[in-house]
Amino acid sequence: MRIRGMRFRVGGPRLEARAERSRAMVYLTPLVAAGLTVMAGAVLFAALGHDPLRALYVFFVAPLTTTFGLSELFVKATPLVLCATGLAVGFRGNVWNIGAEGQLILGAIFAGGLALWAGEAFTDGGGPWLLPGMMVMGILGGMAWAAIPALLRTRFNANEILVSLMLTYVAGFLLGYLVHGPWRDPMGFNFPESALFGDAALLPALVSGTRLHIGALFALAAVAGAWVLLMRSFIGFQIKVVGLAPRAGGYAGFSGARVVWLGLLCGGGLSGLAGMVEVAGPIGQLHTQISPGYGFTAIIVAFLGRLHPLGILLAGLFMALTYLGGDTLQIELGLPRAVTGLFQGMVLFFLLASDVLIHHRVRWSRPPVTASVAPRGETA
Amino acid sequence: MRTLIRSGGPVLSRRSLAAGAAAGTLLAASGLSADRARAADPLKVGFVYVGPVGDYGWSYQHDQGRLALEADLGDAISTTYVESVPEGADAERVVAQLASGGHGLIFATSFGFMNATLKVAKSFPDVVFEHCTGYKRADNVATYAARFYEGRYVIGVIAGLMTKTNVIGYVGAVPIPEVVRGINAFTQGLRSVNPEATVKVIWVNSWYDPGKEREAAETLVAQGADVLSQHTDSPAPVQVAAEKGLYAFGQATDMSAFGPEAHLTAIVDDWRGYYIERTRAVLDGTWTSGDTWGGLASGMVAISDYNTALPDTVVAAAEAARTGIETGTLHPLAGPLTDQAGTERVAEGEAPDDGALLSMDWFVEGVQGQAPR
Repeated sequence: MRIRGMRFRVGGPRLEARAERSRAMVYLTPLVAAGLTVMAGAVLFAALGHDPLRALYVFFVAPLTTTFGLSELFVKATPLVLCATGLAVGFRGNVWNIGAEGQLILGAIFAGGLALWAGEAFTDGGGPWLLPGMMVMGILGGMAWAAIPALLRTRFNANEILVSLMLTYVAGFLLGYLVHGPWRDPMGFNFPESALFGDAALLPALVSGTRLHIGALFALAAVAGAWVLLMRSFIGFQIKVVGLAPRAGGYAGFSGARVVWLGLLCGGGLSGLAGMVEVAGPIGQLHTQISPGYGFTAIIVAFLGRLHPLGILLAGLFMALTYLGGDTLQIELGLPRAVTGLFQGMVLFFLLASDVLIHHRVRWSRPPVTASVAPRGETA
Repeated sequence: MRTLIRSGGPVLSRRSLAAGAAAGTLLAASGLSADRARAADPLKVGFVYVGPVGDYGWSYQHDQGRLALEADLGDAISTTYVESVPEGADAERVVAQLASGGHGLIFATSFGFMNATLKVAKSFPDVVFEHCTGYKRADNVATYAARFYEGRYVIGVIAGLMTKTNVIGYVGAVPIPEVVRGINAFTQGLRSVNPEATVKVIWVNSWYDPGKEREAAETLVAQGADVLSQHTDSPAPVQVAAEKGLYAFGQATDMSAFGPEAHLTAIVDDWRGYYIERTRAVLDGTWTSGDTWGGLASGMVAISDYNTALPDTVVAAAEAARTGIETGTLHPLAGPLTDQAGTERVAEGEAPDDGALLSMDWFVEGVQGQAPR
C-alpha cells in the first residue's frame, strides 16, 4: 500500500496518518468508546421517552449500589474474564480460537461428571479433594476440546476459526446427550438435567449470604498469570512476534506451531475452568443451558480489553454491568431487554470506529494546496 | 421435597436449598426488605419470562396474562416483567432482584427457573412464588401448568381429516416429557380418525428460534408433510405452510395473522384466569401452595377460532373431541397405547396417571423419529 493517509479535499477536519500507532490512543479509545456509548444511550433513552440521566443511573450505577448488585457483578464477570484472558493469549499470536463456548461446555462436562460420580460413589459425596479435582478436570476438558483445532491446524493447516467454532455445536450436543441420557436425574421426571451436586462439589461462598464464590479469585489469578506470561516472559514475547510478523518469528527460530498449541491450550484451559466455575458455583448441576454464550461474549471482552489482562478484567466487569443494568432497566423502567443488546453492540461499534485514531490523527486545518505535498510517513 | 432424597440408595448430601438462606438477611440489611410497606402500597407482581414478550408464543401469552391482571385489579397491584432471562446462572439473580425489590408475588414462567426459584424462595419466606411447569414446591412456592396435550388431541383429529399425503410434520422444541406427551396425544387424535397417517418429528432443541423452526418446517414439507404442527413458539412454521399452500396449527396463541389460509386453529395458553385468581388470593391472604394442572375444562387451554375453510364435518369431529375431553368421557391418552416397537404400554380401558404423564419419554406407534433417551 503506497498512500496511507485519507484526505478530504474540503476544509475542516481531516484524518492524517500517524508515523506510528499512538500508544496513548490504544488505551484512550476504549474510554472514548464507552463515553460515546453513554452519550448515544442518553439519546436512545430520551427517544424512548425516559429521563436520560435517570435511565443511565439505573443502567450503570444502580446495580453497583448494593452488596447484592456488586456480588452479582463479580459472579457474572468471572466466566467472561476467564474465557477472555485465555483467548487473548491466542489472539496475540494470531491464533483465532472462536470456540471458547464449546471449551467451556467441555470443562463443565468433565468437572460435572466428576461431581456426579463422587456424589454416587461416596456416602459423604466426596471429600476436600473433590473441588481441586473438578478444577483439574475442567481445565483438562477445555484443553482437550481446544487440542483438536490445534492438532488439525499444525498437522493439516486446517483453519482453527472454523474447526473451533464448529466444535462448539458438537459440545452442545454432547452435553445435551448426557443430560437427556446417561446423566439424567433419575428423580427428575425425565427433564434434561442432572441431579444437584453435593455440597462437597460446590464452590464455597466468598462473601457469606451472596452468590459470590471463590471462582472469582480464579479469574483474578488467571489475569495475574496471563500478565506475567504475556508481559514479562520470553514466551509472551515469542507469541507477540509470531503474531505480528510470523516470518520474522520464523527467522528468529520461534516455533509457529508452538504458539498455536500454547494459544489454543490457554484459551481452552481457562474456558474449561470457567465451565467448572459455573456449574460448581451458581448453577450446581448440569443442564443444557449452563452458558448464555459466555464463550462468544468473551471475544468482545478480549478486544474491548485490548488483549491486555488488566484491560480484560475491566472490560469483563463492564460487560457484566451491561447485563445487570439491563435487568434493572426492565424492572425499574419497564424497558425491553433489547436495550442490553443495543448497548453491547454500541460499545463494540464505537470501539472499532474510534480505533481509527490509533493510526490516524485528526487535523483541523485547510487541505494541502497541491496533492504533491506528501506528509511525513505516507510512503511505505 | 420429594426430590432431595433418593429412595433405595445412599442418601445424597445434595446441595442444601438453604445455601442461599443468608441472602435474605444480607439484602434486608442493604435496605431492600421484601415486605417494604406492602400493606399500604399496591402489591408488586413480578414476571420472569424465558423469551422475548414479542415471541408471539409462550412468553407473549404469559404477558397477555400479566396485562389482563393489570386490567382486572387496577390500582391494587403493579406489575413488572423481565424478558429473555437465560435458564442458567442468571435466573436466580433476576428472581432475587425482583424479590428484594419489594415484589410480593413472582411468577417464574419457565421450567428452567425451578431450582433458582426454590433457592430464592428459601431466602424470602414472605414473598409468594408461582413456578410454571415445575415439580418442586415449598410453602411459598406453588406450581402450575396446563394440559396442552388435551388440545393437541383435538388438532390431531383435524390433521387426520385434512391430510392428503397422510404425513404430518411436527416441529419439536426440546425433548422433555411435556413435548413428548403432546406429540403422543396429537398422534392418538390423528390416528383415531385416520389410522394410516404418521407423524414425522424434527427437534430444533430450542423453544424459540425462528430460523431453525423455518428450516425444520421446510424439511418436513420436503419429506411429504402437508399439515404442520409445532411445539415451538414462533410463527415461522405457520408462515412456511402459508407459503407452500399447506395447513398448520398455531402454538400458544392464535397465529392466524401469519397465514390466514394455512392456519386451521391454534392451541391457546390462557393464563389470565389463573393469574387473576392467584393474585386475588395473595391480596385476600388466602393464598396457599399447591399444584394446578388445568386443561380444556378449566379454560387454561383453549382452541382458537376454526379456519372458515374447514368443512363442517371436520369442525364437528374436533368439537366432539373437545367436548369429550372437557366432560371427561374421552382421555387423550387412553389405552390401548402401544409404543413404536409395538409393545403395549397402557392397556385398553386404562389411562396413564399424572405421574406417568409427567415423565413420559416414549413415543406411541405412528410417530416417526426418535424419542429422547
